[in-house]
Amino acid sequence: MADTSIIPAALSGIFELLSPNPPGWGGNLLRGLAHSLQIALGSFGMGLVIGTLGAYGKLYGGPVVRDLAAIYTTLVRAIPELVLILLLYYAGTDLINRVLEGMGYQRVDISGLVAGIVVLGFVQGAYATEVLRGAIKSIPQGEVEAARAYGMSPSLMMRRITLPAMLPHALPGLANLWLISTKDTSLLAVVGFAELTLETRQAAGATKAYFLFYVAAGALYLFITLFSNAIIGRVEIWARRGMPSVKEAR
Amino acid sequence: MSETPIEVPIETFPIHKEKDSSRKAGLLQPHRIVLALIGSALVGSTVYFMRWDWLHNYGDLIMQGLWRTIWILIATVVLGFLLAVPLGLAQASGPAILAVPARVFCTIIRGTPLLIQLWLLYYGLGSLFPQYPWIRGSELWPYLRQAWPYAVLALTLSYAGYEGEVMRGAFASVPKGQLEAARAFGMRRFTIFRRIWLPQAIHRALPTLAGEAVLQLKSTPLVATITVVDLYSVASRVRQDTFLTYEPLLLLAAGYLVITGIIVFLFRRVERLIPSKLG
Repeated sequence: MADTSIIPAALSGIFELLSPNPPGWGGNLLRGLAHSLQIALGSFGMGLVIGTLGAYGKLYGGPVVRDLAAIYTTLVRAIPELVLILLLYYAGTDLINRVLEGMGYQRVDISGLVAGIVVLGFVQGAYATEVLRGAIKSIPQGEVEAARAYGMSPSLMMRRITLPAMLPHALPGLANLWLISTKDTSLLAVVGFAELTLETRQAAGATKAYFLFYVAAGALYLFITLFSNAIIGRVEIWARRGMPSVKEAR
Repeated sequence: MSETPIEVPIETFPIHKEKDSSRKAGLLQPHRIVLALIGSALVGSTVYFMRWDWLHNYGDLIMQGLWRTIWILIATVVLGFLLAVPLGLAQASGPAILAVPARVFCTIIRGTPLLIQLWLLYYGLGSLFPQYPWIRGSELWPYLRQAWPYAVLALTLSYAGYEGEVMRGAFASVPKGQLEAARAFGMRRFTIFRRIWLPQAIHRALPTLAGEAVLQLKSTPLVATITVVDLYSVASRVRQDTFLTYEPLLLLAAGYLVITGIIVFLFRRVERLIPSKLG
């Protein structure tokens, strides 16, 4: 008896519980996974935009911009994501609505998806700033000076020289950030957004098969990570083409 | 397993001494003074305009929460590091029978969110244990019914997973000549490990260790989701009791900022103790 009851349901019941059709909860998990991936992609993209601006601000900005960027990255990296999510999620939506009401507009309902993307993107932006700043600094500065000597405008220089040249240096850090963003989506479960972790919790609570569902969700997250790693490896080879491989460079 | 590391640990807060002296140019530039004035005005207005009268009612609870956060942090960092050393060593130079399980462990820990690990242990394992009479009868049962052992276990395993990868890199980066020299002196393998290999590996890993300790601090509020009363959970209780949205969260953020500052400061002190003249 004790041998077979590691999982409360019988072995055939596992497939029933995980089946994607309504009696099973697999469909809910997959829907949660899709939400998680949407948020991860959105927040990663937003983090990249903020990070690029922040890195440029830290490197080329005036003294005030530099200090503000430093304050932003320090604060965001020192305060737990969960606290930031609560602060930005509740306080942010509240603030927007108060401003809108003050200006005489209707209250808006900010969807969980958008709020989640914005909040996590804000957090990602701080880390991306540091990654991109380091990557830009590791470009041979002669290339930047040469571009400037040719009279390239800053935006052209950014598009043609700085961004392509820093990409191989930035990729390991950015890959990291992507993996962190997929895992950080689970924090939105705490504020009640129905992504993979919360769907799992609901499925587990309804069926009492806690162990089974948490292992299944863990396997899904692990699959995302391993799949991303395979792709990141290819992108890295592509970005580093013509450069010595990492091992030789050491 | 592919060769690419899943996640290169980030150096959250650099603890090395500032290298370029040009940035030392002084805190008292005009724009800094203006920024500091704006900052203190912001802090002053939050203190003045927001409600802080609940503070004295919850003073004891806040101190308890703070204490619990800190001891969970210290316990899991120490235990996790002790676990990370064999994990790193197994991956760096162990036989395949040890290296493969160590790598699988690190991959799983770093590939899944901490929240899932925490809930898997607390709800998953916690729901399995009562089915076995011999567990219910054992001496450990009073502890297994509480939440904090699961919190400590999950955070320890998580820290060990991330740190095991760091220590693998650190062990592998100690120059082979050092170990060969030690062997030539006739040191036993354990002595080599204790005197040469481990100290140098720790020194190399120290900046990352500081960053990981900060990351660990930032993970501790997750234990509130399994009913452990830490600093974060005290703040959410204040929010429920008083219906205040911002004040407890701002205080919470300030508290974590201060603890982060202390961690970075302590690691800087440790870093300074080590004479750094590595080739």
